[in-house]
This record gives sequence, C-alpha cells and structure tokens, in this order.
Amino acid sequence: MVEKKEKLGIFQILNYSGFALFTLLCIFPFYYLFINTISNNDLSSRGLVLFYPIDVHFTNYMDVFKLPGLGLAAFVSLSRTVIGTALTVFASAFLGYLFTKNEMWGRKFWYRFLMISMYFNAGLIPWYLTMLNLGLVNNFLAYILPAIVSPFFIILVKTFIEATPISLQESAQIDGAGYVVIFAKIILPLSMPILATIAIFAAVGQWNSFTDTLFLVTDQKLFSLQFILYRYMNEATSLAQLMKQMSGSANMDLANMATPTSIRTTVSMVVVTPILLVYPFFQRFFVKGIMIGAVKG
Amino acid sequence: MNNIKPGQVSRLHTRLDRSLLSRDKYKLFLMALPFLALAFVFSYLPLYGWIYAFYDYRPGIPLKDSEYMGFYWFTSMFSNDVRRQEIVRVLTNTFAMSGLSLLTSVLPVAFAIFLTEIRSTFFKRMVQTLTTLPNFISWVLVYSFAFMLFSVDNGFLNNVLLNLGLIDRPMNILASDSNTWLAMTLWSVWKTLGWSAIMYIAAITGIDQELYEAAKVDGAGRFRLMWHITVPGIMPTFFVLLLLSIANFINNGFEQFYVFQNAINMGRIEVLDLYVYNIGMMNSNFSFSTAVSLLKSIVSIVLLFAANHLSKLFRGENII
Repeated sequence: MVEKKEKLGIFQILNYSGFALFTLLCIFPFYYLFINTISNNDLSSRGLVLFYPIDVHFTNYMDVFKLPGLGLAAFVSLSRTVIGTALTVFASAFLGYLFTKNEMWGRKFWYRFLMISMYFNAGLIPWYLTMLNLGLVNNFLAYILPAIVSPFFIILVKTFIEATPISLQESAQIDGAGYVVIFAKIILPLSMPILATIAIFAAVGQWNSFTDTLFLVTDQKLFSLQFILYRYMNEATSLAQLMKQMSGSANMDLANMATPTSIRTTVSMVVVTPILLVYPFFQRFFVKGIMIGAVKG
Repeated sequence: MNNIKPGQVSRLHTRLDRSLLSRDKYKLFLMALPFLALAFVFSYLPLYGWIYAFYDYRPGIPLKDSEYMGFYWFTSMFSNDVRRQEIVRVLTNTFAMSGLSLLTSVLPVAFAIFLTEIRSTFFKRMVQTLTTLPNFISWVLVYSFAFMLFSVDNGFLNNVLLNLGLIDRPMNILASDSNTWLAMTLWSVWKTLGWSAIMYIAAITGIDQELYEAAKVDGAGRFRLMWHITVPGIMPTFFVLLLLSIANFINNGFEQFYVFQNAINMGRIEVLDLYVYNIGMMNSNFSFSTAVSLLKSIVSIVLLFAANHLSKLFRGENII
C-alpha cells in the first residue's frame, strides 16, 4: 500500500509540473513583451529586461500613438470589428432561424448550397480578381461583406433554435405574428447564449484578420492594426529614426526614447490588449461554441 | 378570441398553417435571398476565375485579348524543369508539415487525459484558461513573440544562454533553414494545444463513471483505466478530427508561413498556399498560380470525399 501511494505521488508531481510548465510557456511571451514595454527603453533594446521590469515608465504607450497611421489603423480595426460582428451575428441569427422552417422554398438545396462553400475555395487569384471586379480592392467593405454569411455560425444557430420548444413560436403565430416579428420577439431573446458565442468568435476573427489587408489593400488609410504591426516588425529601424525626428532633441529622456524594440513590443501590446480584456469573461462562451460545433459541425 | 372553443382553435390553427405554408414558402426564401446572394458572390462566383488557368492572362489586359494556352500551365508543372523542382520542393514542405501536424494530433488527446487526472479544480481551470489563450491571438502577434524571444539581436533566449555561458555567439534561430518544419509545427502546437484539448476533455466528461468504478473493483490501476476506458471513450472524437485533418492535408494555411518566411528559410517554409501567393501576387503570374490552386482545390475535394467515405465505412456517419 505504501509503495502504491508513493507511486501516485510521483505521478501527480510530474503531472502538475508538466502542466505548470506548459502553462508558463503559454503566458510567458505575453508577460515578457509587457515588461519590456514598461521598462527602461535603452535596457530593453539591449535585451537586458529578462524576467522583471526595470525603471518602470508608461511613456511608450503615449509615444506609439504618435506613429503615423497607428491611430487610424486602430480606428479601422475597431470599426471593422464592431460593424462586421454586428452584421455577422444578425445574418447568422436570421439565416439560422429561416433554415429551421421546413416550409421554406428549396430549403434543403439552399442549406447545402451554403454548407458546400465551407469545403472548397476557388483559389487566391480567382478570388482576388473577383474582389477586384466587384470594386472591393482598397474598399472598407471588403472587410465586412465576405464575412457576413458564415456557414459555421449558421449551423450553430440552427442547431440551437431546433433544440428550443416550438410551442413558443406556434402560439405567437396564432396571435398573428409573422416571421419577422417571431424572429425579433422570440428567437432573438431565446438564442442570446449562442449569439454571444458567435459574437465573440466573429469579433476575434475580425480583430485578428491580417490577410485580407495584405491581399486587397494598398491604401494606407485602410490598413488594419494587425497589418501595421506586421509592417512595424519589418521596418522598425526606420520608424525609430522617424520617432527621434518627431520628438526632437529637446527635453527628451534619452533612456526612454523610442527604439525599434519599444515600438514592436508596445504595438504588440496594443494589438493584444482587447483580446486579453475580453478573454476572461468570454472563455466559457468559447468553450460552449466549440462544443456545439463539434456535435453538429 | 375569447369565445373560441378548444376544437376551433386547432382547426383555426391548421387552416392558418396551411395558408401560411403556401404563401410564405416564397416569402421565407425571399428573406434569405440577399444572404444567399452574398454567399454566391464570395464563394461561387470566383470559380469562374478558373478560366484564367487556360489563358496567358496578365493584369490589365482583358481576357478576350489574352492568348489561349489550353493545358499549358498544367503540363508545365511537370515538363518545365524549374517549375517541376519548385513544385516538388513546395509539395515536400506541404507534406512534411501536414505529416508532422498529423503526428502531433495525439498531443491534445494526451493533454486532455492527463489534465483530467489533476484533482485541484482551481489548477485545472487555470491551466485550461491560460493554455487556450494563444489560440485567440493572430499569427502576426505570434511572430512578434517569436521575434522578441528568439531574435539573434538581443533576443530573450540568446541573452539568457549567453549570460549562463552556454553559448559563445547568439544563435540565429529565426533566420535558419534547419528545423524549419519542426519549428513551425511547435509554434502551431503552442498556439492550438490547449484549445484542441477542450473537445477531448468534454468527451472524457461524457464517459460513464461506472465503467471506472467497475474497473477499479477489478483492480485496474491508473494507466490501465486510461488505456482501457478513457482512450476508447474518446476514440470516436479523435477519429472524426483525424479524418478532417486528412481532408485538409494539403491546406496547411497561409498566414503562419507568410509571417515567418524570410530569405533564408524560404526553401523549407514555402507551402502550397504560400507558393500560390508568391507566384500569383508577387510575380504576377496569374494564370500559373490559378492552375496550381485549381489542382489543389480538386485534390482537396477528392481527399474530403475519401475521408467522408472512410467515416461512413467505419462509423456509418458522414463528416460533411
């Protein structure tokens, strides 16, 4: 018996330490970038801020918004996230509801029509030329329109509505309510949990989207925050010179002057902060979403 | 409405239903139409662009003025030496990294099995929350992490190792073509492991607890319980996900490889999706790029149907 208990102990210790180690690996990069944004810029650019912040200051967060284009990019990213998410959630809810209606003309066909589109794509160039012909190159709508109809989200809503009692809809129908009224008064409030899940998925997708800017946008006014970050990763040296010119040589604290490292880390933190802020509250929804998707998708 | 008897209500109900059915059949369709049109425009309309694969199309010149090439671009993948070498290299990279990701697909299973052995709920929840986080950040940000941690100029790892005296010169980990496949696989494991484990954790929660009790009575130890009860219990979930990853064998994505690419690792990191971008958007060879993605789409559809067929054969259920 004693032997067995000891064995269990070793297993548990190894198990706990294994998970502790991997968890640490997952969050250390976030922590490392953060301590570098608030430490002495001279030290951080020489890679001397390793485990804890040194000479804490917050000027980097003020300075980076002086970078040309960053404020605008934040606005573009925020707009596409808000508008895109709202439209995607509405479309998914409405279509998901319509597809629960057996009486819809050609329901099976149209449902399959949407689902098949999940499993193939024409390829980058045909897609790009289509977008070009539609006038969606260098157009803010390119961030919004293609994302509105998402088969995966439609499955989620449809599955969810099908699991709710039909009697609610029926009694409203007898009272003379049409589809739109039933959707607005009954379906929407009823499916809030799944719509919240979709909203989070859609918002994270919009905020993190990088390739659509890369493929479709050359107009600097439409650059997203992710794209700006990517460019700063590759051009930070020239940016740092720009910063020096901008701030001038007068009363500038040399130790905390912008460096390529300070720009990269601070912009990274600006990009990730919204995710970190909403994440703890919505983690449950993420989990719920993937589970429903797993069952039906 | 107050004077109507129950029987009348149901008659009224069915009459209402029938009239609604015939009238609203099209109304429902018309309400869905704008959205179906969007799906058509963005998912089906681009298929028309496959026609560019049969012409020598150049941006700015209309298709009718472009030279018709027949299957030239397709045959040139094999007949043209330079193209053939490129294709072989790109396919090698694609297969290698997809193969590695198939191998690592057992990691979330192990993660889930061992996490359920943890007794402290607080610790378990903590691990789950924090290991899922990387799934929700963009690849650009992952690259930013990689740059800060592994850069040759004062990156974290190099400075720590230099301080400890374990190396004399900083290693250039990011700009190196050795172990590129492994590095890319590890980054994707780092990003997705916690997230992918969620489904298995749920599957384990669904296993009948009595099975464990019975096996314990029979004297089974921890590892026997895992192997004979937990593993078979989550096998169906694993099987579906495995089939899906087989269906996606040649779609290993674009963003990760795009952000991590550089002049030195290009030979090892260029997968099909990146290749299509590089020859199409960077070198403006629209027609050849379209030919490659046309073949790629066809192969993925074939793989998908094959995976679906396997699923029907073994589970009696479709995955699509």
